[in-house]
Amino acid sequence: MDTLFDILWSEHLIADIGDGIGLIAIDRVMLHERTGGVALKSLAAAGRTVMAPRQAFAVMDHIVDTLPGRSDRTLMPTGTAFITETRAAARAAGIALFDLGDERQGICHVISPEQAIVLPGATLVCPDSHTGTQGAFGALAWGIGSSEAEHALATGTLRVRKPATMRVTVTGRLADGVGAKDLALHIIALVGSDGAQGHAVEFAGEGVAALDIEQRQTLCNMATEMSAFCAIIAPDEQVFAALEGRPFAPHGAAWDAAVAQWRGLASHPDARFDREVTVDAAEVAPMISWGTSPQQAVPITGAVPSAGEGAAANHRRALDYMAIEEGAALIGLPIDAAFIGSCTNSRLSDLRRAAAVVKGRKVAPGVRAICVPGSGAVKRAAEAEGIAATLVEAGFEWREPGCSMCFFAGGESFGLRERVVSTTNRNFESRQGPETRTHIGSPELVAASAIAGRIVDPRAKGEA
Amino acid sequence: MEAFSRLTAVALPLMFDNIDTDIIIPSREMKTVGKTGLADGLFAGWRYVAVGSREKSPDFLMNRAPYADAKILIAGQNVGCGSSREHAVWALREYGFRAVIAPSFNPIFRGNCIRNGIVPVQLAAEEARTLGDAALREEAEPVTVDLDSMTVEMAGAGPFAFALEDDSRLMLRNGWDAIDLTLQHRDRIAAWREADRARRPWIYLETGR
Ligand code: SF4
Repeated sequence: MDTLFDILWSEHLIADIGDGIGLIAIDRVMLHERTGGVALKSLAAAGRTVMAPRQAFAVMDHIVDTLPGRSDRTLMPTGTAFITETRAAARAAGIALFDLGDERQGICHVISPEQAIVLPGATLVCPDSHTGTQGAFGALAWGIGSSEAEHALATGTLRVRKPATMRVTVTGRLADGVGAKDLALHIIALVGSDGAQGHAVEFAGEGVAALDIEQRQTLCNMATEMSAFCAIIAPDEQVFAALEGRPFAPHGAAWDAAVAQWRGLASHPDARFDREVTVDAAEVAPMISWGTSPQQAVPITGAVPSAGEGAAANHRRALDYMAIEEGAALIGLPIDAAFIGSCTNSRLSDLRRAAAVVKGRKVAPGVRAICVPGSGAVKRAAEAEGIAATLVEAGFEWREPGCSMCFFAGGESFGLRERVVSTTNRNFESRQGPETRTHIGSPELVAASAIAGRIVDPRAKGEA
Repeated sequence: MEAFSRLTAVALPLMFDNIDTDIIIPSREMKTVGKTGLADGLFAGWRYVAVGSREKSPDFLMNRAPYADAKILIAGQNVGCGSSREHAVWALREYGFRAVIAPSFNPIFRGNCIRNGIVPVQLAAEEARTLGDAALREEAEPVTVDLDSMTVEMAGAGPFAFALEDDSRLMLRNGWDAIDLTLQHRDRIAAWREADRARRPWIYLETGR
């Protein structure tokens, strides 16, 4: 009567080392220049080597600029060292590197499935908190620290305290114009930003099965914002089709054998979860965040709520930071900038939906609008399909792939106290720039707001 | 890693919930590809008057005696949430922190604490609040974290018991590195991989690209 998580846990359990901690086999390690380079360097400094270099991968995504014509020089002061030192360490360790100028380069969580580094049933770790995104492929994927990355590289294992299990069942289907981002924010607002703490979350039900593979990644990505240990969705034919023929996927007879095994990866119908949450997809509306935590989100037509029980200090701080009042409507708030990108919403279908909204229209005067594709593959596809041209004609900047202004690392950022609508996953204080006020929402919402110059309901067609 | 048995030190109470790793160390303060040089960036957004400035904000508790010498942090719920950056813990450690007391911890942050010699002391919410209030009131009164008795106390508050899994306690107590501990299982790991290679051959990539 095991859950999918339990199945994958026991399949990878090498030894039980007491107190609920398992020594877990790690199938894939992904690294990026911001937190991975230091792990490789520190490993080498300790005289240790990577145990399975073929199963480790490094990419430049966080610190590299995303402006056209970029190089090792970065807008982030001292950023160059992250790039050059990660490159040197990856080469010395003999691991695959998706470097600047490599057409496979992109945000780690976006390129992993493109390359079929992530596989159903595999364990995958990365020193990055949004690694759970890749659970959308039926993998056990979770974020770790840099020291744990060193541990995984050196030993092919991690010491993991077994999390509890939680199932979020989505009944029914999302309405037109409502997507996985809205569903995710709806769930986070419901359970809270620590609502899944210590839990491996399985997303299940008709509303999840009906999501395409890119939307599933958006949903799993946001599970980090409710403090989930990881997120997972049982793999189906759509997942297998998305991975088949990709560079690191098994081929030929090995593929058939793998798929045969992957078809069995599902929670038993009578599996018991430690927690169950049920959400009715029909009740989900386009969502937007008002505060400085993703749980501080409301339906677009809603208003800034009053403080809940015991949360007054945090609530007040968020209101002050965001320069917003209790009871105020979100619709109509003037914006300074709009950002479409990040491992949450930078895949082809995200950009396609944004382009459909802005087609033939112009970004409002004074609004800075930026679109950053998640990977080289997404960028090329979007250019081939005319999405890029549509966005550029509307007035969006069109960038090279990377994390870009999803986060502020001392380099490029939005301006002081600017109000930004963003498809990213975090509206934390100063996340996108010094005291920048971030409102997170779907690509459609961000695109429509960019056109209007203020926050709008993306369903209100033609409003600008 | 430095071993930890018992520590008596000033505690810094920052009684907010969800103190995330961006607050503990903003991205812009992570300037090097290393684990050091981070202490100046600790709580930079709260600690200095403006972004990029090093002028201390008089409003921030850590800028005032005796809290500037704090080695213990007391925080609200879900401390260390947000980005998985271990820099948050390296910055705390480099500044001198050896323990964090809170009603709940983000699990990645908690794991990073243990691996870097910082004791995560999880208490009931009222207990943490009692200590936090006392630390604010009785400015000079130190707090004691004891890994032998597994308690935390200060004059007039506690002792409160806390728990840690044996494994973590062992590492903190002896200053051990987790990799050394795991490599004691080297043969078992090799045997497991051998068997798994037959079961899931596609996991074992033979060629790099
Ligand atoms: S896009 Fe943003 S959230 Fe995603 S990995 Fe990059 S910095 Fe992190």
